[in-house]
Amino acid sequence: MRTIPEGFVLPHFGDRVDSEHSVDRVSPATGAAVAPAAGGPRKLAIICSKGNLDMAYPGLILGNSAAGEGVEVHIFFTFWGLDIVNTQTNGSLQFTMIGNTAMHMPELGWLKRGWEHRSMPQWMGGMPGMTGIATKMMHKQLEDLDIPAIPEFVDLLQAAGVHMWACRLSFDMMKIIEADLHPGVQGVISAADFIEISDGAQIIFV
Amino acid sequence: MTTNTIDGHTFAINEEGFFTDRGEWSEELAEILADLIGLAPLTDAHWKALRFMREDSAQSGVTPTLRRMQSVGGFDIRELFRLFPGKPAKKMAYLAGLPKPVGCV
Repeated sequence: MRTIPEGFVLPHFGDRVDSEHSVDRVSPATGAAVAPAAGGPRKLAIICSKGNLDMAYPGLILGNSAAGEGVEVHIFFTFWGLDIVNTQTNGSLQFTMIGNTAMHMPELGWLKRGWEHRSMPQWMGGMPGMTGIATKMMHKQLEDLDIPAIPEFVDLLQAAGVHMWACRLSFDMMKIIEADLHPGVQGVISAADFIEISDGAQIIFV
Repeated sequence: MTTNTIDGHTFAINEEGFFTDRGEWSEELAEILADLIGLAPLTDAHWKALRFMREDSAQSGVTPTLRRMQSVGGFDIRELFRLFPGKPAKKMAYLAGLPKPVGCV
């Protein structure tokens, strides 16, 4: 590896020791260099506790991004979040409007200006078949942005080297069998095990 | 505007050091930069990924993400992590003379 010439600015790729020339992170607001939050290699633990389609994505997207940034990532799937790595269920996660007052339809703006920002009435979400329709619409929007479906996303995380763990209590409670878990899941572990594994990690709860 | 100079090559950069003008990139420069980040010499497999990045971004106008490398380019994610360890998308973008990818997935 050659030495960095005087005055040369090299992006921070995390694997050079002589990194005085390189900028670690740049604040999006000010454009100024930002010091790393903690010394040493970064580690992230994400707890996925929800099994709704819209709540499955945040944890997976963050985990995937972190892995792509060279961060050691552990995801703990607990309670309904276990559905994300259960191959019997992860292909059919659903999205419901019920209880979600932030549900808007950009298409309504075509009917009347301003309607695209209106919250959809809650009673509509309870109409028969509405969850199926809402799920279909969300799949379409995700597909348009080339976001993989959940099973494929879990494959992607496995390929990116993300460590995935299933919660023992939820596993027993929901009577899941090990053969149904995605092969990327490294083990069915207790909460205490996860606390040990996530030692020194920043934690995100979804 | 800030510039980087190495071995007679000068190119414009942003605050982080990424290229701001893809036209200032050359294959020779990529080899030099690869040496800076510990990836020299670049193999055919490295070049296949870098060339795809150049071609795809020339059409789309944005640097492809890892996901796009997989879904459009047909690259294997594991392989990309092996070829460009640590931060594969950023390393590839850098060596291909492109801004870092902005897409989330």
